[in-house]
Amino acid sequence: MNMNDSIVSIQNVTKTYKRGSEVIHVLENISLDIGQGEYLALMGPSGSGKSTLLNLIAGLDQADSGSIEVGGIDITALSESELARWRAGNVGFIFQFYNLIPVLTAYENVELPLILTSLSGHERKEHVYTALKVVNMEDRLRHYPSQLSGGQQQRVAIARAIVTDPTILVADEPTGDLDRASAENVLELMDRLNRDMGKTIIMVTHDPWAGNKAHNMRHLDKGVLSNDYQDSHS
Amino acid sequence: MRLLFYYSIRNLLTRRLTTLLTASGMALVVFVFAAIIMLAEGLQKTLIETGSYNNIVVLRKSASTEVQSIIERYQASVIETQPEVALDENGRRLFAKELVVLITLQKKGSSSSANVVIRGIGSASVDMRPQIKLSAGRLPVMGTSEIMVGNSVAKRFKNAGLGDSIFFAMRSWKVVGVFEAGETGFSSEIWGDADQLMQAFRRNAYSSIIFRARDASSLSKLKRRFESDPRLTLDAMIEVDYYKEQSEMMAKFLSILGISLTAIFSIGAVIGAMITMYTAVANRISEIGTLRALGFGRMNILAAFLLESLILGFLGGCAGLFFASVLQFISVSTTNFQTFSELAFRFRLSPGIIFKAMTFALFMGFSGGILPAVRASRMNIVESLREV
Repeated sequence: MNMNDSIVSIQNVTKTYKRGSEVIHVLENISLDIGQGEYLALMGPSGSGKSTLLNLIAGLDQADSGSIEVGGIDITALSESELARWRAGNVGFIFQFYNLIPVLTAYENVELPLILTSLSGHERKEHVYTALKVVNMEDRLRHYPSQLSGGQQQRVAIARAIVTDPTILVADEPTGDLDRASAENVLELMDRLNRDMGKTIIMVTHDPWAGNKAHNMRHLDKGVLSNDYQDSHS
Repeated sequence: MRLLFYYSIRNLLTRRLTTLLTASGMALVVFVFAAIIMLAEGLQKTLIETGSYNNIVVLRKSASTEVQSIIERYQASVIETQPEVALDENGRRLFAKELVVLITLQKKGSSSSANVVIRGIGSASVDMRPQIKLSAGRLPVMGTSEIMVGNSVAKRFKNAGLGDSIFFAMRSWKVVGVFEAGETGFSSEIWGDADQLMQAFRRNAYSSIIFRARDASSLSKLKRRFESDPRLTLDAMIEVDYYKEQSEMMAKFLSILGISLTAIFSIGAVIGAMITMYTAVANRISEIGTLRALGFGRMNILAAFLLESLILGFLGGCAGLFFASVLQFISVSTTNFQTFSELAFRFRLSPGIIFKAMTFALFMGFSGGILPAVRASRMNIVESLREV
């Protein structure tokens, strides 16, 4: 891959956690480039460090050493409040358990990231309708999460992830809580976001079936990224 | 940030029972707080409205109430001739030498008794108090054993109605009139001819002198004359100021009682709010993580949870004030510690009390919410997102 095409560039990142006096090495000297418009699946068994790597890319956690550039910005150099502002504009999150706010409607959940932007009320409305239309949930906008199925909730969560038109979409086990049919729908939607809208997607999963839906796959094991770069469609 | 406001409101609505119980605890404290201040305000207003800005009261120097004061007949005569005394349209001096004595009367519907003020009046006494309105009967005839009673006395005491006779000072006194005096201390008094009452009580001296001042400078001129005349060991003051001073001790006592009681109660209410808010934070760790991940800063999270707590305080304040406002329809009586006489008055709700009670309620909400809100705002994002 040409380095100039990279939207995410990770160089020599290390991350450790302390459990009492014990130091656990979660990521060891990881280097990875993810290209613009890439749909990458990070695979690996539980505890391999894939979610930690995703959290570092998304600016939710800080690396012990190394650098992470996303869209040309070195996010390891940002302060906590700068990182929060950066996340609001550059990262769309898709979680395993959807993480919708239960007391807000589908419309309001999707609108949530937009209230941190300078958009007017009218512009926000347009963005929310567009995002809900993309995920085919425009007829459920007044529904609360408890009134939606798991698959529908995940689609609303995807609408929330794309509503700000972020630089990258990060998905942590997006199908982990869904039945096969709903999972198929969600993965199909993510594929469409990547192919039709050019969204860069980084998905963490331990499910090979879900991983195969991505266009590329990298494996993590015990904090070490394997060198093989697998095109899942080859 | 309208959405964050909805978020807070809807979270409160989602846990209706907890919200109701926590707000009820705060409402109870606000109710007690407002009720006691309303009591103090009612007492103070009743006594202050008893006085008039145009009248001057003269008492013996160092006497703080009419009951403690003695004014000799010759002193009264000297004051009566002072140029500061105003005249009515008939050229009559608006001046009265008054006697204040306490008697004990039995209350209606109970075996207990209470002190009642008997005020010996002059012919100008009623004219100088425009708030006095006869509601039944007539004014007592000077030189007879006739009396008129304030409506609070007629309502609360035995044998004090129109046409009844009250026995005191070795005489039977016929009630020939009942008067209304608005919500003033006069409503709790019995009025009769000062000279008749002095004879009956074997008094040689008056308690106070009251007169209508000719102009605004009358008081200072009179005070200067008192200073230079060795016969006049007296003090003069505007009638309103005299009653204001009388109300201060009782109002201060009630305020201290109110603040002490509500301070103790409020600790309970604040702890209740704190438990509610800590539980709310504990139940929404994943939501907090999500909001933080979406880009909301620590201050946004702190504001959202603090807002919830302030709304709880606001609801409690509104409910407490609503129930306290009902007290305005209740008339109560208590012993005025300055005069040791029974005084009837109403709870009074003023804009100042509403402001104080709401500030107090919001303060409770803030105190109960700040620590949980800080905890919520300081949560680690990754750890919060792991909570499901």
